[in-house]
Amino acid sequence: MAENAAMMHEFLIKAAGLGAIRGERVLFSDLSLEVKAGEALVLRGANGAGKSTLLRMLGGLSRPDAGAVERPARHHWIGHRNGLKPHETPRAHLSHWGRVWGSNADAREIARQMGIERPFDVAGRLLSAGQKRRTAVARLLLADRPLWLLDEPFSALDTQGRVLVTDLIDEHRASGGAVIAALHGDAPFQASGEVQL
Amino acid sequence: MKSPSPLRAAFRQALGEAWAGGAGVLLPIGFFAGAAMLVPFTVGSEASQLSSIGTGILWVALALASLVSMERVFQADLEDGVLELWAQEETPLFLVAAAKIIAHWLVSGLPLVLLTPPIGIALQVDPGALVPAMLAYGLGGLAFFLWGGVAGALAASVARGGLLISLLALPLFVPTAIFGALATIEGPGGPSLLFLSATTLFALSIAPFAASAALRLAVD
Amino acid sequence: MIRAFANPHRFMALSRWLAPVCLGVGALLMLWSVWQGLWVVPQDDYQGGDIMRAMFIHVPSAWLAMASYMGLAATSLVWFVWRHELADMAAKSIAPLGAAYTALCLATGSIWGKPTWGTWWLWDDARMMSVLVMFFLFLGYMALRAAMETRQKAARAGAILAMVGAVNVPLIKFSVDIWSSIHQDASVLRLDGPAMPPVYLTPLLIGGLAHMIFFAGLTMMLMRAEVWGRRGDVLIARKLSGS
Repeated sequence: MAENAAMMHEFLIKAAGLGAIRGERVLFSDLSLEVKAGEALVLRGANGAGKSTLLRMLGGLSRPDAGAVERPARHHWIGHRNGLKPHETPRAHLSHWGRVWGSNADAREIARQMGIERPFDVAGRLLSAGQKRRTAVARLLLADRPLWLLDEPFSALDTQGRVLVTDLIDEHRASGGAVIAALHGDAPFQASGEVQL
Repeated sequence: MKSPSPLRAAFRQALGEAWAGGAGVLLPIGFFAGAAMLVPFTVGSEASQLSSIGTGILWVALALASLVSMERVFQADLEDGVLELWAQEETPLFLVAAAKIIAHWLVSGLPLVLLTPPIGIALQVDPGALVPAMLAYGLGGLAFFLWGGVAGALAASVARGGLLISLLALPLFVPTAIFGALATIEGPGGPSLLFLSATTLFALSIAPFAASAALRLAVD
Repeated sequence: MIRAFANPHRFMALSRWLAPVCLGVGALLMLWSVWQGLWVVPQDDYQGGDIMRAMFIHVPSAWLAMASYMGLAATSLVWFVWRHELADMAAKSIAPLGAAYTALCLATGSIWGKPTWGTWWLWDDARMMSVLVMFFLFLGYMALRAAMETRQKAARAGAILAMVGAVNVPLIKFSVDIWSSIHQDASVLRLDGPAMPPVYLTPLLIGGLAHMIFFAGLTMMLMRAEVWGRRGDVLIARKLSGS
């Protein structure tokens, strides 16, 4: 269904004339962007410049103070927070969201792919920051959704983890998906565009 | 195609959270029993006096105990980032909020209702009246949790919001407390039980929407 | 940004003279009604002797208490639907005034109650109870707004709470009425409209009108302060971002 909707429009997400006000401060204004299948857009800017705010507007969490977002495709969200509960094991986390999304994917297979097979049954509060991040990223593999919105996806990851996520992004783009990522370091993948905030 | 399975998953997650998370089942029970225990010490141990106010004491204790763990119900979801995942789902957020509140009530509210007969007997209330009164305590407790849930959602982004939640929720408890107390005095078959049910249905029809609006604000 | 401040501009121009006029006219009328109430109208033994003169503060403050909650709910609804900044400023300004009027109503009510009922506080009186609940609704509203990080969040949270409170107020009123009718028929303070002699009614109605005008003036003053405060915030923010 999502794929059909994406094909009918040329773009997976489009924003026009976005503006954000926090308190009395204008974070950004008149910002427009468009992402098509296979593209990867990187959002850059100093701390507090509004990267996360923009990403949240694109995901529909924040109401734009100006402009509008059009998002015909379904999307995955990896936020600044992992979404993993302290008592939740990676197994419970992946099967929970698998149920929510009606996914048939094998949670253990995904965990193996993400390198979190060993702590598969360890509660979230006992996991390392990197293992938690990998668990969150593993959600991307549960359901096939064309658009990925990623807030600092590489944070807390070791070199191997970074390579893993980079490969995921490349594969996703090759199969017709698109990525928007807020980053502050160098992008380990080939970005097709950049928004400087 | 919409299957209820996302909602079932939300409910299941909320139940797990209520058991394992900070809320717990023992905390409200301990508070409930402790608050009721304090009463004979303050008003005296005379049986006739206690028996006339016993059901009312249970209502006050129930109202306060339902607020004890309300602070963490939505705040934990907000801090974990679970709330922002739900807020982007196609499943309406008000259903998720309702599932969370009801799951929380099952874990920390229903046990209090089961405790009303023993505590009531200790407070010299006629044991015959206590078992039918459980229905009223159950209905009233659900309304307390629903309004408490709205307050909890509004205060989700507030650090140490417990007091704020009480201040926001207690005025909304008034109709339930009035009809509930009357219903326990009248016993089953009285008109107040019907009014109490209507009050709870009213809460059930308003609170999930208000809570979901508040949660959208919290994740923004 | 310019659009957001366009309407406040017109409001500022209007309120600049209207607010002081309202305050002045309201205060004069208020003084007149209080003077009438305290010195001119005859004593009424049935209502508790001289103490019934408290009516000239008590009854208008009760009216204003009700009206201010309705105003809070209405402005919150307008803000929630149309996101009109002035509506939020009005809601924010009404809340402390409403709380003050509910408190005044409760205080004068209990002063009146002491000689007539023989007690400072009569739990059986449904109206006093409803006003007390309303007082807590106002307190909660102000506390919630104060706890929010930004004014946008304060506006949204406040609007949700005010509307939840507003749909509950009729239910609260109804339940309190039923409850007090079971305990005792609360008729001590009933003001039977036509039965009340005009010698009381005229100063009372003028008093009510006076408080309403005064209330409007105060609300506008608080809204003006809010506009100035926000302009100050904009200047600070501009300085911080160095543009």
